[in-house]
Amino acid sequence: MTVLEWAGVVCLVLLGVGALAAIYRIVRGPSILDRAIATDVLLIVISSALCVDMAVHHHTDNIVFVVVASVIGFVGSVTLSRFVAESRKEPSEHV
Amino acid sequence: MSDSGVSMVEVFDGIAAVLLVLGALMSTVAGIGLFRFPDQLSRMHAGTKPQVLGLLLMLLALAFAWRAWVWVPVLVLAWVLQMLTAPVSAHLVGRAGYRTKHLKKEYLFVDELADVVASHDDAGKPAASAPDRRTVPREDPTDHGGRD
Repeated sequence: MTVLEWAGVVCLVLLGVGALAAIYRIVRGPSILDRAIATDVLLIVISSALCVDMAVHHHTDNIVFVVVASVIGFVGSVTLSRFVAESRKEPSEHV
Repeated sequence: MSDSGVSMVEVFDGIAAVLLVLGALMSTVAGIGLFRFPDQLSRMHAGTKPQVLGLLLMLLALAFAWRAWVWVPVLVLAWVLQMLTAPVSAHLVGRAGYRTKHLKKEYLFVDELADVVASHDDAGKPAASAPDRRTVPREDPTDHGGRD
């Protein structure tokens, strides 16, 4: 095995731990914003895995997805946080 | 290439391997932070580690693995897009979390936004009787004022 293939195996384990923890936070919540943050992390883990695959196997098939994934994560979390802030508007509790 | 037995290709592959492992480590750290941290703001702190630094390490590893100048602008574009969008989305998520009270006040040392919120009414005008609730920073037991 070459150095890059060993690094790929190590990255598989590390990214797997990160993805499992992010999925745990998506399942447990407790709020929808926590789930939004954890979904962003899961998206980054997936695009990191694509980067690892491209580096190990020396191809450039997935670089378009890595570029697009950052924009997709941005649109998703911004839309969701606007939605949450508008829908739960409540009268001020201050004097 | 060189007579020392180690070619430039192997050196670059080694650099790429180290960068890949470091970038994957950022994702692991973010996952552990999401798993263990107590409230939404601290989970945001953990979750944004791989978005900027982790992706930078991954893209640098790709540049070292590919060794082709043609792809460098694409990698720069991916990272610049991430740098532009990550602060905006973090700002909006944090603001939504503050407004819907998804944070634990006892973990904050100083809450400067509370004064701003209290000094305006719901219509956005300055409130008639704004209580000066300028929050005094809580004592930080780990801060020794620069002394040992």
